[in-house]
Amino acid sequence: MAIMLKTAAEIAKMRRSGRVVREVLELVRGMVKPGVTTWDLEEAAAKKTAELGATPAFKGYGGATGPYPCVLCTSVNNEVVHGIPSAKRVLREGDIVSVDFGVVLDGFYGDSAITVAVGEKIDPKAEQLLRTTSASLDRAIAAVKPGATLGDIGAAVQEMVEADGFSVVREFVGHGIGTRMHEDPQVPNYGQRGKGTRLREGMVIAIEPMVNIGKPEVQVLEDGWTAVTQDGSLSAHFEHTVAVTRDGALILTA
Amino acid sequence: MPHKTTAGTEHSLSKEDAIEVMATVKETLPNALFKVELENKHEVLAHVSGRMRKNFIRILPGDRVAIELSPYDLKRGRIVYRYK
Repeated sequence: MAIMLKTAAEIAKMRRSGRVVREVLELVRGMVKPGVTTWDLEEAAAKKTAELGATPAFKGYGGATGPYPCVLCTSVNNEVVHGIPSAKRVLREGDIVSVDFGVVLDGFYGDSAITVAVGEKIDPKAEQLLRTTSASLDRAIAAVKPGATLGDIGAAVQEMVEADGFSVVREFVGHGIGTRMHEDPQVPNYGQRGKGTRLREGMVIAIEPMVNIGKPEVQVLEDGWTAVTQDGSLSAHFEHTVAVTRDGALILTA
Repeated sequence: MPHKTTAGTEHSLSKEDAIEVMATVKETLPNALFKVELENKHEVLAHVSGRMRKNFIRILPGDRVAIELSPYDLKRGRIVYRYK
C-alpha cells in the first residue's frame, strides 16, 4: 500500500469525524463509575453516535475470527485492547477501563481512546500508569512535524514509558487513517530516533501508546479479539488521530 | 482501534519459497543475462546474482550453474553458483 496524503479540505472533514469521537468518548467518560457495565457504555455510545449522524467504525470491522461485534472496545484492567463490551462485565471501584472508539463521517474516519479510573480511589501504581501513558501520547504528538520520523514518535513514547518502569506493547501499533480506518504507515510505540518513514504534510496518523505495568507481551483470548497482558499486569491505552501540518501536529480528535 | 503489527513478518518471498535447480548455460545475452537450459530441457532467462558479480565470477556458455527460480515466474531465474 502507500501513504495517502490528505488535502486541507479532507483534513477538515476528518476534524469533524474527530469531534464526534471526542464527544462520544467524553459522554462515556462521564458514565464510568462502580456498578456500570461495559454494555451500558456501549449502548450509550451507539445511541449518541446515531444522534450525531455518524456511523460507528468498529462494528462489523473484519478480523480473522469474524467481524467485531460492537461500537466500542472496553478493556478492563489487564485487558490491553479490543475488549468486547458485555452486560456481565461490571465495573468496580479501583478498576481501570480503556475505551476505544472510532467513527466514519462523510467518508472519513476518526479514532481515539482514553483510559479511565473507576471510582474515587485506585492503586497509586495504576494512577501513575494512566498519567505516564497519557503523557507519552502528548510527548509523541509533540514530536510530530514534517521531517520527523516514525522512529521519533516511537522513541518519544518508549523513552518516557520505560523511564517510569513500565513497558510498551509491541504487538499492536498505531496506523495511518483516512478513508479507511487502518492505512499505511504502521506507527509503532517504540523505535529509534531518526529511523523510519519521514512524516510529510498531509499525513494523518492515529498514535496510540499501549502500556503495561509488567512485561510487554500480550496474548489474544479465545474470543479472537480481547488482548490481555501475558503476565496479568494492568494496561492503559490512549489514542488521538493527528494530522501532520506545516506547523506541526493538529489533533483531530481533541 | 490499534492494528496488529506486521513487523517481523514482511517478507513475501523468503529463501524458502525459491526453487533451486541445476542448469547449463546456453547463450549469453547483454546485461549479464543468460539463456540457460534446465535438466528437464526447459529454457529459462537467468541473471547473474549480485554476489557473483561482486566476486568477479565469470559465466560462459557451457558452464553448469545453479539457478534459483521464483515460484511466481518459472521462466526467470537467478544464477547463484557456478560449478567447477
